[in-house]
Amino acid sequence: MIEGILIGLSTAFTLTNILMVFGGCLIGTFIGMLPGLGPMSIIAIMIPVAITIGDPSAALILLAGVYYGAIFGGSTSSILINAPGVASTVASSFDGYPMARDGKAGKALTIAAIASFCGGTIGAILLMVFAPMLASVALLFHSAEYFALMVVGLSAIAAFAGTGNVAKAMLMTIAGLMLATVGTSALFNAPRFTAGMMELQSGIGFITLAMAMFALPEALYLVLDPARSKRSSGNSKITELRINREEARQIAPVIGRQSVQGFFIGVLPGAGATIASFLGYAVERNIASAEDQKQFGKGSVKGLAAPESANNAASTGSFVPLLTLGIPGSGTTAILLGALLALNVTPGPRLMVDQPEIFWSVIISMYLGNLVLLVLNLPLIPYIAKILSVPRNFLIPFILFFTLMGAYIGQNNSTELLLLVAFGIMATILKFADFPLPPLLIGFILGGMLEDNFARSMQLYDGASFIYQRPMTLLLLILAAGLIVFPVLRNWRALSRQRRGVSTPD
Amino acid sequence: MTLDRVIALFILLACLVYGYSALFIMDAQIAPFMARNPVWPSSFPKLLAIGGVVFALLVLVSPHKPKDDPDIDLSRWSDYNYGQAIGLLALMLAYAVLLLPLGFLASTFLFLILGSLILGERRWVTMILAAGIASLGIWYLVQEVLGIFLRPLPAMFGT
Repeated sequence: MIEGILIGLSTAFTLTNILMVFGGCLIGTFIGMLPGLGPMSIIAIMIPVAITIGDPSAALILLAGVYYGAIFGGSTSSILINAPGVASTVASSFDGYPMARDGKAGKALTIAAIASFCGGTIGAILLMVFAPMLASVALLFHSAEYFALMVVGLSAIAAFAGTGNVAKAMLMTIAGLMLATVGTSALFNAPRFTAGMMELQSGIGFITLAMAMFALPEALYLVLDPARSKRSSGNSKITELRINREEARQIAPVIGRQSVQGFFIGVLPGAGATIASFLGYAVERNIASAEDQKQFGKGSVKGLAAPESANNAASTGSFVPLLTLGIPGSGTTAILLGALLALNVTPGPRLMVDQPEIFWSVIISMYLGNLVLLVLNLPLIPYIAKILSVPRNFLIPFILFFTLMGAYIGQNNSTELLLLVAFGIMATILKFADFPLPPLLIGFILGGMLEDNFARSMQLYDGASFIYQRPMTLLLLILAAGLIVFPVLRNWRALSRQRRGVSTPD
Repeated sequence: MTLDRVIALFILLACLVYGYSALFIMDAQIAPFMARNPVWPSSFPKLLAIGGVVFALLVLVSPHKPKDDPDIDLSRWSDYNYGQAIGLLALMLAYAVLLLPLGFLASTFLFLILGSLILGERRWVTMILAAGIASLGIWYLVQEVLGIFLRPLPAMFGT
């Protein structure tokens, strides 16, 4: 491990890579503050830039910087104007916004920055310890198990996607898998589902779909409902930057607990930073003393520190399945996986053996990113609020333009832009009907690998017998079925009982 | 019928079409040497079509649950600015079609100006300055710094 850390240090501490971290954090923070542009959209925008860098370590370091910057930026807008641009910072606004309203915006941002820093750093240490262990277990996996594991991952994502309706989330996952089959099949290179269009033979661009699923619906919704962006007229006088000793003593144990808890929640595929932040908030609220409990929701420093450290630790934790198994646990890591594949890096158990410099430089760049973020943002806090006053009339055309740009640069083909608009309209309608969109994108990204492993096992076993001949595969597939069947049944029973007017026992 | 059921119905139809083309069109065209393989290019799509149909039916028949705290406030749907949204989408389509013939600089400049115009902005000087700086700056960044070719001028002036 020491050897690995040294490899990582020597890769990360070059002038270019340090500049990358700085640039990434800065870009991430500023774009992340804009409502509607979460880490997912920002990373998607930055991918074309990262890919042209060519060196996978440098590109990943840039993207990791952007990722941390974006998470912090998202917290900033949810604290200052109660407009969480990202789901994972919703919990930060519960106590952060009341603090800002009381004129303690500076203190709130400082707590957020410090909690994020600690969460991210502790997360990175845990990642360093646990990732190699998980990777050695992962080497025992064959293509059949990989297929089954991905099915489990996709079902877990659908089951925990948050909206509560598993059937909808599964339908979206399958729609994503179907979109992934458009183009040329890996098997025999036969064109499939292209409707005779040349442009579709190379498949649908991943950035196009990412933009269409996340950035475009959010921007359109900002246009449709002006009230969503007008909520942002708070007075942002920033006073009281420092934390006093009493507050530091209060938040220290909270940060410690939530960093560890957040990390392990982040490791589970599908759970991710959003669940970690809500759970962190809930847990801290429950174990706080009765006196402190009353403060929650009215500007408690504990209530702000808990979700902030949990969501950063979970973001780091979500790199474990990505780097060791090649399975993205969240929408953001799914986009990162797409970037990795475009850079000709295949994440998975072999990554640590074949390209250790990439693996370790990512981990080292996480420390660096956290440190840079703290150094960069503490002095900037008073000025950060200013960017939020970019008028919406200018902001929205720019967001739309960036989605177009991302799709065009990725594929260099203007049919892609038409696809972007078409998918964007569909995604907006799906969003209105409360269909979760991240499962669709995750399905799309995993589709190719899922089919490859499926086809490989089918060929090795000359049919579908691998399902029962390999006990591990069978076990995983049963687990996947259980993940879907139980929530569906439970939902169904609870709802039909409600409909008949019988109150549910819980 | 609620919106999510209409969508489920559409996805169901799409899955049926998808399944039909996997089952009949693709399998009819399969070359004899491929047919001996245990797995065909259409095998995985067939599984997906079945899964899609099952889950679309589940969404269709399962009881509808209104969410307590929806992210999207649909109760005010009649106040929505549909005109602006449709205008912006049309503008994006126009950008897609005109990007190559008009060149990057002109189409981006027009896109940014018309975009803020649709949203009701009338401060012309700011609009022209912002759009001009952005289109030139991004072109410079993408083509000169990153080396991705973007034709700056209209097609009639050559590449």
